Amino acid sequence: MGDVRRQRIDELAARAGRVPEGEGGVSLVRSAFRRLRRNPVAILGAVIVVVFLVVAAFAPWLAPRDPLAQTLLSEVRPGAIPGPQEGFPLGADQLGRDLLSRLVYGSRQSLLIGVVSTVLGAVVGMAVGVLAGAFGGWVDTVVMRFVDILLSIPSLLMAISISVLLGQNQYALMIAIAVTQVPVFARLLRGSMLAQRGSDYVLAARALGVRHGRIVFGHVLPNSLSPVIVQATLSLATAIIEAAALSFLGLGDPDIARPEWGAMLATAQAFLSVRPALAVWPALCIIVVALGFTLLGESLREALDPKFRR
Amino acid sequence: MSIEAMPPEDAVRGDVPVLEVEELSVTFARRGEQPTRAVDGVSFSVAAGETVGLVGESGCGKSVTSLAVMGLLPRRGVQVGGSVRLGGTELIGAPDRTLRRLRGSEMAMVFQDPLSSLNPTVSIGTQVTEVLVEHRDMGKKEAVAEAAALLDRVGIPDPTRRLKEYPHQLSGGMRQRALIAMALACSPRLLIADEPTTALDVTIQAQILELLRELVVDSGTALVMITHDLGVVAGLCDRVHVMYAGKIIETADRHDLFARPRQPYTGGLLASVPRLDAGRGVPLTPIRGSARDAIPWAEGCAFAPRCDNAQDDCLTEVAGSTVPLEYDGPGRELRCRHPLTYPAAPAGATASGAGR
Ligand SMILES: Nc1ncnc2c1ncn2[C@@H]1O[C@H](COP(=O)(O)OP(=O)(O)O)[C@@H](O)[C@H]1O
Ligand code: SF4
Ligand SMILES: [Mg+2]
Repeated sequence: MGDVRRQRIDELAARAGRVPEGEGGVSLVRSAFRRLRRNPVAILGAVIVVVFLVVAAFAPWLAPRDPLAQTLLSEVRPGAIPGPQEGFPLGADQLGRDLLSRLVYGSRQSLLIGVVSTVLGAVVGMAVGVLAGAFGGWVDTVVMRFVDILLSIPSLLMAISISVLLGQNQYALMIAIAVTQVPVFARLLRGSMLAQRGSDYVLAARALGVRHGRIVFGHVLPNSLSPVIVQATLSLATAIIEAAALSFLGLGDPDIARPEWGAMLATAQAFLSVRPALAVWPALCIIVVALGFTLLGESLREALDPKFRR
Repeated sequence: MSIEAMPPEDAVRGDVPVLEVEELSVTFARRGEQPTRAVDGVSFSVAAGETVGLVGESGCGKSVTSLAVMGLLPRRGVQVGGSVRLGGTELIGAPDRTLRRLRGSEMAMVFQDPLSSLNPTVSIGTQVTEVLVEHRDMGKKEAVAEAAALLDRVGIPDPTRRLKEYPHQLSGGMRQRALIAMALACSPRLLIADEPTTALDVTIQAQILELLRELVVDSGTALVMITHDLGVVAGLCDRVHVMYAGKIIETADRHDLFARPRQPYTGGLLASVPRLDAGRGVPLTPIRGSARDAIPWAEGCAFAPRCDNAQDDCLTEVAGSTVPLEYDGPGRELRCRHPLTYPAAPAGATASGAGR
């Protein structure tokens, strides 16, 4: 398990800073973007991501109803939950609240947790990776041994332990997920920095007496970032799924005023035989948004990799 | 030895050569692997204004020699022995800080591949000014002006615009010019050029060599020219050291080397190069085998498996000793038991290094 993850990360790291013939500098970004725009998979991923981001950002305006109002409560009976009807395109939940509005508001929580925990995980992971990649030697050995131990722990297990440890609130959830991302980004950045450190231009800069700090931050780091960007996109998908999983397990945000897909899924379990749609819709949302980020991440990886260039 | 071959500055500046390399050896010893000695007892010196060539096939240890001189070999898994002195200062074992301060200011290097030697995502301007800020304490603005002047000096047209461009926007020749500008930005006393023209088009090669001659040789900088191309040697070098399997096997000044190569390996190298003075019909004869066929020097002459002159006593087992590098006439040294010989020169011809 840990080995597979390590291998995947190292493969991504090895691609750092490989620049296609006749490209570099600003045009590198431009041509990657051009390749991205021509790739239908990338466009699909981007459209999904943008749609969900827009929905999350403008939830109060887009949601047809108040997600907390138990409008149809009177129609809920044991063994019957109101289905789609006039004004309730996806029907209501077990408390008579509009399902569509709850899904729309739920996107806020899911994406927020995904973004915050990924950013947090990436920043801390990169700091650890730079530490290892810049100093090398025993610092590198110690730091990477620790990172590899973290990587060998299944991330969901780690997230569960941490969120149990930190208590039940949305910040604990973000931190728990961020911690699972830290070793991924650390190993990735360290690996790609190491690959860059052996490159000719680093040797040439050293031959000119450029100081170590300047070589690391001015040359090596900027060239090592592209796999990190790819990984961050892919990590968003993982983080959203993990957030939902933790909520599903009852480790999520206890504030019922904030609907959340994972928690909705957990509640829907009890009514699976009555109205399976209550589980299907939040599950579908989780899958589609995760798919969107994954498609975008994978096409980003191809766009930044000269090997895939046509 | 002909007087014209003497470097003009040598006599004037006199005593201490810019670079003195003595018994330099480099051993790569990775854990779990057989240690390999890439450079083995190499000695040479370079005076101000002098150009010394290190010549040999790929893999003979030229680049490792240059990296050892610059102190650029990794510390781990590499053992460097012997002595390297720059203007009398010992570099082997010197602290990293000292070496870093000397690199770029007192000694500099130009590498084989100008494209990969430049950072693809950093503008030319930033890469040139970096050196100036580092060693010449220049402010940003001042450094930019100086960088433009430097590019102009190495013959890059429209330097102000070029500074804003990225390496891929320059041609191969322009990139190497930019790298030469960076290497010479602080007027170092020593420049090592490791196959600086190998990655370039033939027409560009001559221009780059001409540029080096103008900038380096005429200003009194000591130049170590590393190449496998005898054409480069013929055009630029005063003295030449031929290397094989980590050792110097023949040293001579350029004229002597071309006129009378003594080592069969040198002879083979010359025979495999097209010559203008040879008749059209004369076929080129490459040396048989490859550098990988070398035997360890401890067992005998490393070139023996490929050598036409080889005899039993070229092996240590038979001769009882390894083949030494010995005096072979004025200005010449030779490591060979059965060198190429030449008929006694008739009166009036250059007599240097005449055969037995
Ligand atoms: N980092 C290294 N580790 C082990 N062996 C090396 C290393 N670098 C070079 N060598 C060995 O040293 C020898 C000389 O290499 P080099 O100096 O690059 O040759 P060249 O004359 O072509 O420049 C080669 O046989 C090579 O195998
Ligand atoms: S010592 Fe022997 S084998 Fe080596 S080059 Fe001379 S003749 Fe050939
Ligand atoms: Mg080389």
